[in-house]
Amino acid sequence: MSFISNLINGISLGSIYAIIALGYTMVYGIAKMLNFAHGDVIMIGCYVVFTTMSGMQFNPIVSVILSVVICTVLGVVIEKVAYKPLRKASPLAVLITAIGVSYLLQNVALLIFGADTKSFTSVVTLPSLKLAGGSLVISSVTLVTVVACIVIMIGLMLFIKKTKAGQAMLAVSEDKDAAQLMGVNVNGTISLTFAIGSGLAAIAGVLLCSAYPTLTPYTGAMPGIKAFTAAVFGGIGSIPGAFVGGILLGIIEIFGRAYISSQLSDAIVFAVLIIVLLVKPTGILGKPIHEKV
Amino acid sequence: MKKAVSILLVAAMAVSTLAGCGSSSKKEDAFYIGGIGPTTGAAAIYGTAVKNGAQIAIDEINEAGGINGYQIEYKFEDDQHDAEKSVNAYNTLKDWGMQILMGTVTTAPCVAVVDKTAADNMFEVTPSASSTDVIANDNVFQICFTDPNQGTASAQYIGENKLAKKVAVIYDSSDVYSSGIEEKFVAEADNQDFEVVAEEAFTADSKTDFSTQLKKAQDAGADLVFLPIYYTEASIILKQADTMGYDPEFFGCDGMDGILSVENFDTSLAEGLMLLTPFAADATDDATTKFVSTYKDEYKDTPNQFAADAYDAIYTIKAAAEKADIKPNMSVSDICDALKAAMPEINVQGLTGGDEGLTWSETGEVSKQPKAVKIENGVYVGM
Repeated sequence: MSFISNLINGISLGSIYAIIALGYTMVYGIAKMLNFAHGDVIMIGCYVVFTTMSGMQFNPIVSVILSVVICTVLGVVIEKVAYKPLRKASPLAVLITAIGVSYLLQNVALLIFGADTKSFTSVVTLPSLKLAGGSLVISSVTLVTVVACIVIMIGLMLFIKKTKAGQAMLAVSEDKDAAQLMGVNVNGTISLTFAIGSGLAAIAGVLLCSAYPTLTPYTGAMPGIKAFTAAVFGGIGSIPGAFVGGILLGIIEIFGRAYISSQLSDAIVFAVLIIVLLVKPTGILGKPIHEKV
Repeated sequence: MKKAVSILLVAAMAVSTLAGCGSSSKKEDAFYIGGIGPTTGAAAIYGTAVKNGAQIAIDEINEAGGINGYQIEYKFEDDQHDAEKSVNAYNTLKDWGMQILMGTVTTAPCVAVVDKTAADNMFEVTPSASSTDVIANDNVFQICFTDPNQGTASAQYIGENKLAKKVAVIYDSSDVYSSGIEEKFVAEADNQDFEVVAEEAFTADSKTDFSTQLKKAQDAGADLVFLPIYYTEASIILKQADTMGYDPEFFGCDGMDGILSVENFDTSLAEGLMLLTPFAADATDDATTKFVSTYKDEYKDTPNQFAADAYDAIYTIKAAAEKADIKPNMSVSDICDALKAAMPEINVQGLTGGDEGLTWSETGEVSKQPKAVKIENGVYVGM
């Protein structure tokens, strides 16, 4: 029974990594840049929910929607102000800018909300599911997280396959210049990608803080890096890859901790990452060019 | 007459120049005590408490006539719990004229700063940096327990009070404070009437999910979980244990202090939590009640043990300074040598010392009674 319990914990953690990784992978696929500020957009999303829900007593659903809207706007603004002027610059300059934006967001949050740890009230208030006479407990947050993760992934894939905007994303990811020649609004498409990615970050943040209920200005940093690892693991640029990478990373982390050593769990995760990349440099589901978002 | 006027004018000018000096640079008739600690950043709760606690002690001392008849000048610099910033803060304070350092608050930056104070032979009292690395040099003295002492004392406390038969430990293996306590706790557990059934670690990079560690503690049948960690992670552990329906006793060390002030934390989760702390704000002795009420008036908050440690640190400096009879015009190094010699000879009846007070060995380690408190109805109650 503890095996199943560990598996569920792993899937739960992995689903959160997966939702964050989806944001990384979409932006990378289309703008060809690593948006290291993604983890901090998550943190901002959490603070919005925390302030509106615990502070102003909003309905949880209203505050989550508000958080998605604010993060979406924030993502688009960051793209317009910090990344768009550097579209022709070297990838290294963009990378450093992204790290700069990440620190900026952390310090702005530090200034506004202070350094004190806040305890986040879960937005999911349903009772835990108890199976097998109470020896297997599945929290409602876990269920919501896993369902949300699957719904988001399927939704994104349908969006890209079925809609015009999605097709435009696909075109931009394959060849920016050719897409422009074909009449695709490249800047608009990149903005849309940032909007979707940041909206997802808000949802990921709410689920992250509901499951692991503390909030500081640095809350987003480490999950952001783990999720980036998950995106590379699954094949960066690939949506199903981010999903698979996230879930696998979560399961490996928890299993490593449970059955090998709780001190070595991170070492195990990254050792597996290195092995996967040695065998398949593009990641598990990564294919060169094709099927990139 | 003309001559007398000009002399008077010259004298007036000289006085005004000196007065100008006095307001902008160092006074000759005051002790300059600097403080360093995180007043922003993740550990801000500790640094702010130390800054405020020391301020109360300094105000009291200055009002009562100062140290050896000299007032204290006090300045506190922020280090954001960062070693590099802490060294910068130390240099800033030296430029200001610091003669004695009360700090730093947290262990990792303190380890960096003690190298500097040793090189300058600057007398240093740390209220709360608890690693033994901090007192490797003979110019540094601690007010708080060392990590090994906390581990040993916790194991003895649990054993002597028969709190549990099977104990699990969850600790941060990437943190010198946490792993230091854990090591001594497990070593001392062999001498006690309980068994350590699980030793589970986490690291700074994976400190959000503790479900696996808790599951292992539960499967091992632990009826008490020892948490030698900081309150931020502890608040997640309490929440996750509650979610999975695991309800053992929890026991923490001084890093647990602060858990009740986490904003929006459901304090009912901390009900029954025990922690080893040298200071309980609900104690009824005169010194504590006076300190707590002053602190509440000034800073609108209940002081934690860090504030009390800082308060004691300032009174310790005072006691040593009076024993050694130092003067502000002595050099930093002479002050340090005099205070070093005085420290093992003094006994400070502080807030954190219990009945026997605080005494020090020559190595800088403090000796005082450990106290345990239990959280009942959202407040610390002495055990």
